[in-house]
Amino acid sequence: MPEPQVLPVAAAGIVFERDGRRLLDVADIAFDGIGCTVVLGPNGAGKSLLLRVLAGLIEPDEGRVTWAGRAPDRERAPRLGVVFQRPVLLRRSARANIIYALKVTGTPASRRQAKADAVLAAARLEDLARSPARLLSGGEQQRLALARALALEPEVLFLDEPTSSLDPASTKAIEDMLKTAALAGTRIVLVTHDTAQARRLADDVVFIHHGRVLERAAAPSFFAESTAPQARAYLEGAILA
Amino acid sequence: MSKILKLLIVAVMATAGLSASAMAAKKFILVQSTTSTQNSGLYEYLLPKFEKKTGIQVRVVAVGTGQAIKNAMNCDGDVLLVHAKKSELKFVASGYGVKRYDLMYNDFIIVGPAGDPAHVAGMKDAVAALKKIAAAKVTFLSRGDDSGTNKKEMALWKKAGIDVKKASGTWYRETGSGMGATINSAVGMEAYTLTDRATWIAFKNRGDLKIAVQGDKDLFNQYGITLINKSKCPAVKSKLGLVFMNYLLSPHGQKVIAAYRRKNQQLFFPNATVTSAN
Amino acid sequence: MQDFAGEFAHAFRLLLRLDPDLLAIVVLSLRVSLSAVLFAALIGMPLGAVLAVTRFPVRRVINVLVAAFMGLPPVVVGLLIYLLLSHAGVLGPLRLLYTPTAMIIAQAVLVTPIIAALARQTIEDVHGEYAEQLAVFGIGPWQKVTTLLWDARFSLLTALLAGFGRAIAEVGAVIIVGGNINHVTRVMTTTIALETSKGNLALALGLGVILVTIAVAVNALVFALRATAVRTAHA
Repeated sequence: MPEPQVLPVAAAGIVFERDGRRLLDVADIAFDGIGCTVVLGPNGAGKSLLLRVLAGLIEPDEGRVTWAGRAPDRERAPRLGVVFQRPVLLRRSARANIIYALKVTGTPASRRQAKADAVLAAARLEDLARSPARLLSGGEQQRLALARALALEPEVLFLDEPTSSLDPASTKAIEDMLKTAALAGTRIVLVTHDTAQARRLADDVVFIHHGRVLERAAAPSFFAESTAPQARAYLEGAILA
Repeated sequence: MSKILKLLIVAVMATAGLSASAMAAKKFILVQSTTSTQNSGLYEYLLPKFEKKTGIQVRVVAVGTGQAIKNAMNCDGDVLLVHAKKSELKFVASGYGVKRYDLMYNDFIIVGPAGDPAHVAGMKDAVAALKKIAAAKVTFLSRGDDSGTNKKEMALWKKAGIDVKKASGTWYRETGSGMGATINSAVGMEAYTLTDRATWIAFKNRGDLKIAVQGDKDLFNQYGITLINKSKCPAVKSKLGLVFMNYLLSPHGQKVIAAYRRKNQQLFFPNATVTSAN
Repeated sequence: MQDFAGEFAHAFRLLLRLDPDLLAIVVLSLRVSLSAVLFAALIGMPLGAVLAVTRFPVRRVINVLVAAFMGLPPVVVGLLIYLLLSHAGVLGPLRLLYTPTAMIIAQAVLVTPIIAALARQTIEDVHGEYAEQLAVFGIGPWQKVTTLLWDARFSLLTALLAGFGRAIAEVGAVIIVGGNINHVTRVMTTTIALETSKGNLALALGLGVILVTIAVAVNALVFALRATAVRTAHA
């Protein structure tokens, strides 16, 4: 296993405000090791914002983010994958999209084709390799985006509500790919508002509401008896204010 | 896609490069001349003959005489062929020209609307006609562009003792354009204007205009040719320029000029006083 | 009185029997304007992309200037380039005045702001779409520029078309720096100007119609290209 370059991904004293409202207020959080963490919370809780801050995409107003103890930098960015809610694909074929990612993150030319074909096969997209990526269905596009992220063999993979706009079949396909990746050693951090998905995937859960981390626990204990009242209410299907 | 793009780029650059080298290989000179000579069609007739005989391509930049002289003073030419003797002699005196030679002449005419509101049709006295036009305040168009034609026109007004600048914008209008554009405007405005005969004969958009005044010796239009001076303009092609000048000044060249006809009329009358410029 | 119909027909007859003089003029027009657009694109597209994706202090000012220069008067550009290329000017020794190269330079100057401004707009839109994902890949600014330019290539074609339209239609710049020299620097627009100044209005108009037809054909070609691209989701 190569020396970890971005793990642990940690943040301390994060504050993010807009128009006088405090959108994020996270004193201390870190992700390390293996497995799948689900960041759970209602819409507007600040989960996506936290993900972007941790991935180095947004600067917080206060606080520090560190990757393996140092500040985020462009060079190590490929070690940290991100899959967004809506897949962002270039105007070229499915395969070309993966090859592009491999190219710009430094994979030598001789290895790109093979790697792209391999991840396409793993994602069951080999028949669509030549198709224009943007003509694929929603589920296929997201599988492609995930395949592309995994092709870069990241240490940690952040996903922002990857299946919220997908049908059940595509959702299952994505979740299967994630489970496989987690088993292979990729650290997964999945942001979602879907409790059922959390139950299916989480090894541990971070519960967020109004920009604050209200609870963090291993999955079994979180779902059996969570300590934070909002978390309990949310698990029972209540709408949180 | 990118392959096609690359091919296209190579193709465009190749043609750009090819023609650049093709042009460089040919012998050529640049003549600063006037729009009146160009509009008469003289160059289309004369230059191919010269090129055939000598292999030298003559490139003519046709602008107003004033601009031609200024261009020559910027060293943007090898030979100057215009029709403003006073300015040409000044050009030589300033050191930019080697020596000026009479080449050919024709005449100016005043054209005007067929209805002749100023009652000048048929007159043979240009200055008197201009006085009548000014008195009647009938629209007169001036080129107003420091060309040879314009300089002649201003000289005539001066002789008539009329300050036309005061009337500019009223009956006296300065188009600031070449001869053809000015005649077009005169047709549009049913105005009088001064033009050289060669342009008029070759001109196709006469509308309602007719020749009103001609035959005055004041309307004499002399063309001169001058070699631009190498001492002021080191890049001048003196040798080739002289070949061109000598051709035009020679008896043969003078005959060729005389033979040029449009609508069965001779447009230019050769009157060189020397047979070569050496 | 002019024989309008006759002159008009004359222009088209020249075209149909591929009159060598007319053909040479058309070919030169296309060569000059296409070359100008090419050079303008080489400068203007990266410039537009850089303006779209980077933040720097004077950015707003430059955006305004670039947009304003879209309306540069051709005759002013012609004059400036003439002063540069004249033998008395700074670049005189290059002997470029009164050559097609000078015309290409002048038109490239005219067209670059158009391509830059339109490219900037196109890239800004595309950038909004891709910014986060490209940041995840950790690519540098130059690679970002080339990626966005290539990805938006079919939308950028519209910018090229606009530039070509400006170039092929202008007369003010090419007539000053080219001199409208027969067989050397005479293009369609300057020929039309010359024929008009000779009073050959119908011939000039006929040539004008030919010029417009060529412009329409170029545009139609590009639009067809774009349609194909849109169908295959490349646009």
